[in-house]
Amino acid sequence: MSILIDAGTRVICQGFTGAQGTFHSRQALDYGTRLVGGVTPGKGGQTHLDLPVFNTAAEAVAATGAQATMIYVPAAFAADAILEAAAAGIQLIVCITEGIPVLDMLRVKAVLRDTESLLIGPNCPGIITPGACKIGIMPGPMHTPGHIGIVSRSGTLTYEAVFQTSRCGFGQSTCIGMGGDPIHGMGFIDCLRLFEADSDTHGIVMIGEIGGTDEEQAAAFIHEHVSKPVVAYIAGVTAPPGKRMGHAGAIISGSQGTAEAKINALQAAGVKVVRSPAEIGAGMQAVMPS
Amino acid sequence: MHLHEYQAKHLFSEYGIAVPAGQVLERSDDIAALTSSSGGPAWVVKAQVHAGGRGKGGGVRRVEDEHSLREVVDAMLGSRLVTRQTDDEGLPVNCVLVEQTVSIAREIYLGMLVDRAQERIVLMASAAGGMDIEAVAASDPDAILTETVNPAAGLQGYQCRNLAFALGLEGKQVNAFSKLLAAAYRLLLECDASLLEINPLVVTTGGELLALDAKVDLDDNALFRHPQLAKLRDNSQEDARENAAQQHGLNYIRLHGNIACMVNGAGLAMATMDLIKLHGGMPANFLDVGGGATAEKVAEAFKLILSDPRVEAILINIFGGIVRCDLIAEGILQAIDEVDVSVPVVVRLEGTNAEAGLALIEQSSLDVLTASDLTDAADKVVASVQAAGST
Repeated sequence: MSILIDAGTRVICQGFTGAQGTFHSRQALDYGTRLVGGVTPGKGGQTHLDLPVFNTAAEAVAATGAQATMIYVPAAFAADAILEAAAAGIQLIVCITEGIPVLDMLRVKAVLRDTESLLIGPNCPGIITPGACKIGIMPGPMHTPGHIGIVSRSGTLTYEAVFQTSRCGFGQSTCIGMGGDPIHGMGFIDCLRLFEADSDTHGIVMIGEIGGTDEEQAAAFIHEHVSKPVVAYIAGVTAPPGKRMGHAGAIISGSQGTAEAKINALQAAGVKVVRSPAEIGAGMQAVMPS
Repeated sequence: MHLHEYQAKHLFSEYGIAVPAGQVLERSDDIAALTSSSGGPAWVVKAQVHAGGRGKGGGVRRVEDEHSLREVVDAMLGSRLVTRQTDDEGLPVNCVLVEQTVSIAREIYLGMLVDRAQERIVLMASAAGGMDIEAVAASDPDAILTETVNPAAGLQGYQCRNLAFALGLEGKQVNAFSKLLAAAYRLLLECDASLLEINPLVVTTGGELLALDAKVDLDDNALFRHPQLAKLRDNSQEDARENAAQQHGLNYIRLHGNIACMVNGAGLAMATMDLIKLHGGMPANFLDVGGGATAEKVAEAFKLILSDPRVEAILINIFGGIVRCDLIAEGILQAIDEVDVSVPVVVRLEGTNAEAGLALIEQSSLDVLTASDLTDAADKVVASVQAAGST
């Protein structure tokens, strides 16, 4: 088992025929993802990577029964693409696109509240269930099927956690990069809830960073609802206040969003917080029942 | 992207929000035109820099006559202003805003921003205007009134009235305040502002509402649809290295330590800074070279890092995913060869083809240390600085 996606998940790509869409669709197919087609307005009826291209998401869903979509359209059109996917009834929307205006995401999230669709991202590496389905830009081969669920705000730090949990022999059930934007789709709590309910996930790694209060809220949720061991790493202890550290969402505003506040909240909730990004694997070894 | 006060006030005027009569000066010679056209005898001279705390830093001065106006403008222009929000070097004052003085009955705080936790635009108002609002929020959170806007409905009249009456506004001021809020909200949406702040918004002794100060931050991600606003960027207010980095697709922020780092990915870049500190060193910068760490990009990154005289060693930490580590290693070697790198360099490569990448570096004649893992990398780079310091 896993969460959200498995080998049977039917996936389409929005922005299918563009450079990014093409490159990562090919990678997904190589990994074994059940990619069933793609959407590029105006190119409906064509074939790309031996798969059908549709003009609209609704047509793609009607023809392929797609359950998930990966979005690689440029930032100016990404909000539209997310809403199109939701209107077409796609359950899982994974938006890789970076640089979407925050007011666009504010409107998107307001609409998504009234739908059944789940959003991962934007500005994220995506989601992968090792050995089964890869929706996103993460390098497939370093993942190992296993029992650690990983959820992270950062792309390369997710890879770090994957690498270390693979090396320690745990492997991963599902890995989710929730993205570095201030307004985003699924958060720590959504993922923690699913990992807690997934019998194949035995331990959880969560990787946070400065900015916002997602980690503090996750800490409260873990304290109440998570029985599985959780290892956390928070990036940005040395980040200066008021500076945007790469991610739009990684900024300490006044006294809010500091790494120390997040670390304290997680530790108080019984989470094993590692101070070094090199100790994520070792931290998991320390808390997993042998 | 920050706007200057005078730029924000131009926007305010376009949207019908009243501001004091004033003029921007870049040269003190322009004073003559100012004094003949706009009354006096008293003015307020405000240094235009991208930092708060200008008043206490000497960047806001009231002058009573033309002679002292000229003196103050002369002194401010071309100087650097240091406030509690700048570093010790301060920011260059390239222009000043000279405004007519206003007789103030009361001061109000007004702010609008995107609240990320609620995923809504939130309006904040307080009777404690003119003060540091962060301090007010910390000491007396009840003194800050808020209204949350549902994006489907937009800002509603009742929300404006809620704030107006809670602030104790009366009579015509209630309507005027509502109109001002509606205009500010429209500005926020139409200009893709991430923050709009008026502190203080004043009620004059004549009962008028006037935005005495103005702070507007624009969402960088949305500038593509506001080419006119994008032109308002003032690079002189930003770190020269950070500007140069941006031009090469690098994300650089200077810190105060002596160990530079070059990393792919924002999260890993932050983590690398933290790791250096954890191992007893001090990071000199945040630097995310992004996904495609090409030789050109790495070379630019080296130039940037080495332009900081405090840098005594460099840690390169790359997690090769889609981009292969052997290609990255070639890029690093080519860049070191091209740029004269005179400080110790430690390289940690992990991910796709990491072993081939490390082998390339070890075989090269260049003086570069490789690290077996993150901890080893941090230990080696910190040791290299300490060794240099002890000789």
